[in-house]
Amino acid sequence: MIGSALVSGLGLGSMYGLLALGFYVTYAVSSTVNFAQGSSMMLGAVFTYTFAVRLGWPFAPAAVLALLLCALYGLLVEVLAVRPFARRGSNAWLMATVALGIIADNSVLFTFGKEPRGLALPWAAGATEVLGLHVSLLQLAIPAVGLALAAALHEFSRRTRLGKAMLAVVQNADAARLMGINVPLAIMAAYAVSAVFAGVAGIMIAPLFNVHSDMGTVFGLKAFAVAILGGITSAWGVMLAGLLFGLVESLTTALLGSAYTQIVTFTLVIVALALMPNGLFGRAELKKV
Amino acid sequence: MKRLLLILAAAAALPAAAQEPVKIGLVTALSGQSARAGEALTRGLQVAIDEINAKGGVRIGNQQGRKLELLRRDDESIPAKGVIAARELYFKEKVAVLFGGLDSPVALAIVPIANENKLPFMDPWAAGTPITKNGAKDNYVFRVSAVDEIVDKAMLQYSQKTFNAKNCGMILVNNPWGESNEKGLRAALAEKGVKAAGIEKFEANDIDVVPQLSRLKAAGADCLFLVGNVGPSSQVVKSLDRMGWMPPIVSHWGPAGGRFTELAGPSAKHVHFVQTYSFFGNQSAVGAKVLKALMAKYPDIKGPGDVTPAVGVANAYDAMMLTAMAIEKAGSTDGKAIRDGYYKIDRYDGLIKAYTKPFSAEQHDALNEHDYVWAQFIDNQIVPVGMKQ
Repeated sequence: MIGSALVSGLGLGSMYGLLALGFYVTYAVSSTVNFAQGSSMMLGAVFTYTFAVRLGWPFAPAAVLALLLCALYGLLVEVLAVRPFARRGSNAWLMATVALGIIADNSVLFTFGKEPRGLALPWAAGATEVLGLHVSLLQLAIPAVGLALAAALHEFSRRTRLGKAMLAVVQNADAARLMGINVPLAIMAAYAVSAVFAGVAGIMIAPLFNVHSDMGTVFGLKAFAVAILGGITSAWGVMLAGLLFGLVESLTTALLGSAYTQIVTFTLVIVALALMPNGLFGRAELKKV
Repeated sequence: MKRLLLILAAAAALPAAAQEPVKIGLVTALSGQSARAGEALTRGLQVAIDEINAKGGVRIGNQQGRKLELLRRDDESIPAKGVIAARELYFKEKVAVLFGGLDSPVALAIVPIANENKLPFMDPWAAGTPITKNGAKDNYVFRVSAVDEIVDKAMLQYSQKTFNAKNCGMILVNNPWGESNEKGLRAALAEKGVKAAGIEKFEANDIDVVPQLSRLKAAGADCLFLVGNVGPSSQVVKSLDRMGWMPPIVSHWGPAGGRFTELAGPSAKHVHFVQTYSFFGNQSAVGAKVLKALMAKYPDIKGPGDVTPAVGVANAYDAMMLTAMAIEKAGSTDGKAIRDGYYKIDRYDGLIKAYTKPFSAEQHDALNEHDYVWAQFIDNQIVPVGMKQ
């Protein structure tokens, strides 16, 4: 019982982590986030379903194009819902990103339909025995992909020009601008990466779940809790917090029963933040006056 | 000129008054996730109305037959919209009987309007127990459909008879419908002196139900009682697949509401769920007649597999036939007279069964646990259990 709860928890946890990494990427660069991160996740799944099932494309090109469209959506979020407000020092991007997410959800509702649809991946349906546990291949693939993407983000920011530019913007946006770094471009790149991470989570989750317009709503909310819990300023912290959140959720259900799951997990989030206001792995931000 | 107009108006009004149709209302979801079910109700009612009208309509007292006319309104599964539509149909359109309430919350919202104004309300779908057992002294609400508390008894009976199950666990969606069935299943189990292996809830948006199911497995469950709409039900089946555990699954009719095989995958066929009728297999004379009428009227129906969801069509057809009989027995379109008319029906050889005294002051539900059929999804069709592999 505990074994299968661990597998479930790691799987879901790494997806929370992946979505939360999306919050981290944009927050680090611009101190803003896309509150409707769940909508980007939903778009990943809906686009993949549309290309792979409705149009009958092979899975790989369908997923790649879906992720490119997610990146495009991320750019749109930044240009339409964040930049106009953040530039004027207003916090209205909070509401604007939520609004854009609602518009995306409803557009999908009208075009994709209200009926939930199933996205089956034959290659992911196989199962194997690990230490006496019956585990599907997808459940093994999900944490692997989650961790691999977190590692890729780490490498990207250390080794590529754009990555280094983004790091420079994180450290000091004004100094970065003076050094000739294109700050708006770095922020746009962060939003695109953020939406792609969410899209990957959507595609990975779709075969376990159903594809429908509000599939990302609750998931996005939990991911935000994870991002805050991890301390939104630390990439690995956010990922670890995701895993922790997933594990606590599934272990609580397995050991205490489903009636307690939400109560226990969210109480732990509050307690953790009360004891460590900057999150489990975050650093206190210095405000120079 | 004025006189001429008056004469003309009187002349026009006379024949109209003699043949004025009896209006029948329907408030149901005609858009959204449940639109298909709303369409099934419409078709069942319309086929019954066409049949009655072809025979000259309903005979009220000494009048010649009056035709029936169906008026539909969309409630979008929202109780407030259902209430507005019900008021409009009752008070403006003056329908003799209102059909409706695909969703239990919508039906429950309409019940007080019907009872307070002494107007008959017929429920051909929503299964919530308190819809007919509403506590009103003067009850105007009738139902030709499954009832949660009776379905729960039938689920227990079926699990014991078919699977020889001794220790079933409940896996229920966490909403009022799941709660209503938890109550019903607990009562059914208590009546037989047995206990559930465990009672687990899950959220409609839960991706992984493995932890809940693992608890039931660890508690030694040898079968599962499943209550949830088509999406949540498919989450349970997919989670069982991942666990490599497939005990017998006895379910309420949630899976029938959508593309269950597409959502749940090949294991969908392991779920046995309750239905009130199936157009597959040998049909009674009434069944053959209704299927023929459906195929003639609706070009998209080419066989029994296209009558979907079949329960909507069958329940609505029988409910309309019983209602026409009640109106004739009443001898008027007065609400109270029609209510008492339902009580006076002796026998009706219907689609779902032969009804004998289906309604009385104490009994407002025409169907019981002996009238349910058990079905499963084979490919994309709902067929009686064991009919196809």
